[in-house]
Amino acid sequence: MITIDWTTFTPWTALAGGLVIGVAAALLILLNGRVAGISGILAGILTRPNQTNGWRLAFIVGLLSAPFAWLLLAEIPEIRIDAEYPMLIVAGLLVGLGTRYGSGCTSGHGVCGISRLSPRSLVATLCFMTAGFVTVYVLRHLIGGV
Amino acid sequence: MILWLSAFSAGLIFGLGLLLSGLANPAKVLGFLDLAGAWDPSLALVMVGAIAVGALAFALAKNRPRTALGATIELPKAVHLDKRLVLGSLTFGLGWGLAGFCPGPALVALGAGEAKAAVFVLAMAAGMWIFQLLESRRKPA
Repeated sequence: MITIDWTTFTPWTALAGGLVIGVAAALLILLNGRVAGISGILAGILTRPNQTNGWRLAFIVGLLSAPFAWLLLAEIPEIRIDAEYPMLIVAGLLVGLGTRYGSGCTSGHGVCGISRLSPRSLVATLCFMTAGFVTVYVLRHLIGGV
Repeated sequence: MILWLSAFSAGLIFGLGLLLSGLANPAKVLGFLDLAGAWDPSLALVMVGAIAVGALAFALAKNRPRTALGATIELPKAVHLDKRLVLGSLTFGLGWGLAGFCPGPALVALGAGEAKAAVFVLAMAAGMWIFQLLESRRKPA
């Protein structure tokens, strides 16, 4: 049985944040003609250096700058990273490899792909969501203490 | 160049959306992925909001060859479902569940100066390089 934690549930900022993310994806496809797939954009810069990477670099710099822009108006919201360094390294490697083999991540498949009803993205999203749910279940409820 | 400016703006707005939504906070992401614990459903609403706007935008983009700024509209053409897509996405989900970071939020947290996010991003970049190395061996160029 699923128990909702109403004390941490933030429906309005979540929905508003989602709309803002949607606007960003809309800008990139309607102005640059590109899909806002962050793993793909980053991998393009890292592994295929060439002259067409200008927009990719600009997008990533924009993403990295977001906290600075936020700071002009308000304090940065909480970013709590409980995972220890060895775990972060393993997780990072898996995310890097997995998003390349799977051709996308939460943004490219989860947001843009589902927005354009791509069957590949629907399958990919189901896979990474399921794997995420199972991983957290195993860590927190079978092994415990993470 | 105007296209760089629009890409920068899109990235900036994307990052602000991640901060506002709570997706940039791994603890909140793990609260969403923890179905059997005290479940925080917020991130489902992030997807709802993003897809609502995204669906409109992609419907507009679908039948246009070029954008208002003159860039060609490039949509993924692949339609086949294969083992790589499934196993890759499962692997990504495993990594996502271990730390609560996916690529976008990790970059935003790095921008916010989080040392742990920097380590995650470096490892993620290494994972992408390893993929590239394995691919180049699989199909010699």
